[in-house]
Amino acid sequence: MSALIRAEGLSVKRGATTVLRDVDFSIEAKEIVTIVGPNGSGKSSLMKALIGAVPASAGKVTRKAKLRLGYVPQSLSVDPSMPMTVERFLDLPHQATAQDRAEALAEAGAEDLATRQLTDLSGGQFQRAMLARALLNRPEILLLDEPTTGLDQPGQADFYRKIEELRDQLGCAVLMVSHDLHVVMSASDRVLCVNGHICCEGHPEVVAQAEEYRALFGSGTGGTLALYRHQHSHHHHHDGPCDHDHDTPAQDAN
Amino acid sequence: MFDHFLTRAILGAVGVALAAAPLGVFVVWRRMAYFGDATAHAAVLGVALALAFSTPIFAGTLLVSLGMAFAVARLTGRGFGADMILGVASHAALAFGLVAVTLVKGPRLDLQSYLFGDILAVGHTDLALIWLGAVLVWGLILWRWTGLLLSTLSPDLAYASGIDPGREKYVMMIALALVVAVAIKIVGALLIGAMLIIPAASARPFARTPEQMLVGAAGLGVCASLLGLWSAWEFDTPAGPSIVCAATVLFALSHLLGRR
Repeated sequence: MSALIRAEGLSVKRGATTVLRDVDFSIEAKEIVTIVGPNGSGKSSLMKALIGAVPASAGKVTRKAKLRLGYVPQSLSVDPSMPMTVERFLDLPHQATAQDRAEALAEAGAEDLATRQLTDLSGGQFQRAMLARALLNRPEILLLDEPTTGLDQPGQADFYRKIEELRDQLGCAVLMVSHDLHVVMSASDRVLCVNGHICCEGHPEVVAQAEEYRALFGSGTGGTLALYRHQHSHHHHHDGPCDHDHDTPAQDAN
Repeated sequence: MFDHFLTRAILGAVGVALAAAPLGVFVVWRRMAYFGDATAHAAVLGVALALAFSTPIFAGTLLVSLGMAFAVARLTGRGFGADMILGVASHAALAFGLVAVTLVKGPRLDLQSYLFGDILAVGHTDLALIWLGAVLVWGLILWRWTGLLLSTLSPDLAYASGIDPGREKYVMMIALALVVAVAIKIVGALLIGAMLIIPAASARPFARTPEQMLVGAAGLGVCASLLGLWSAWEFDTPAGPSIVCAATVLFALSHLLGRR
């Protein structure tokens, strides 16, 4: 299978500091991958390197030729001096037909937001407007940077369920970043732990079966959320070997 | 028809208002007010250099403004605080410009006309340059319109759509230098920033989309120019500052009447 996006030996610097090093990663069609890690672990930098917003200081990122990607940023700081309706925003950078716009808004659950100003939206509404724009060009891969920031717990569960539906409906791959170490979608095909490098990666099933964590969330979120403990004292509950010293990236079993 | 000085003054002021509008909206959206000031102040140095080397004033101001815009953009990209760099550059450009103008040998220069404009001395060549500049600025901004909008909203979204926000920034800087070069004769180096910001800010309460704000900024800028010129004529006040005063009155009215 050919990868949609592949990173090989990727390192990223912010100023003089290397925030990410030696990342080998690839994502294939229809896969849902979640990147987790503590604050400042470089997971957003990884996302930005994959979309080409920050340059690689070493290694390289290759994307499938003419890859259609839909990116949902964590937030936008829209200056209040800028008037921008959601419908106008959907036309950036390419003018869409009214029908396509309506369809994308409906898919994202944002059909009532079309004429609203971006600056007037709540966190959840804003997220859905961003998602609608990302869906507009029928992405082969959807990249979501901390999509549930600012959403309450039921809101997060709804959002994850929506993403799952969209993947099945559109057949696109999904790559998500989450700073919440505890909440990972049970539907993720793979979970990637990042802390300056890839600590480990694996199937979330194994993690999700840790009963004591699941009990914490469990029924309240309809089983969509599973818990995932990441203790950075290096006691990983994964299916791969993770007995590394953090100077070499772990090569996982899958 | 162009032979009457008042006709030329009106055409000049309207031309400058039109040239400023498409850039002005971005200066407001991107919070570049200081950046505009620094570039405009550099134009004084451009005047001095143009006189020293006997080149046209327009070329001198254009080149020095462009140099200033690029220098500031480079420095702010290197970890210096933007506010600090602009504070240094803006005042330094003005001071060096004022010193350089007095050092230039030759006929004594009417410095005030470059600081506050000298609209009644606008000639045919000036008019041609102003309108050519306005057309170029509109062409440039409309050509890059969606890329500029997306980069302004979020550089990351722009990258993800295959647009390089760095390149869009250069487009802004070139347009800014053009506006400064055409506006210095009309409103003067000190008040160019006002022509960029005030009409755009006045258009904000009535705009629901960026395009509406652009059209509003152009319309209100033209109104301010005409009102300002009329009051300058009526009350015998300096034209450049009068235009800015008129723009400010429109700004106040717009925000009082507007829905926000």
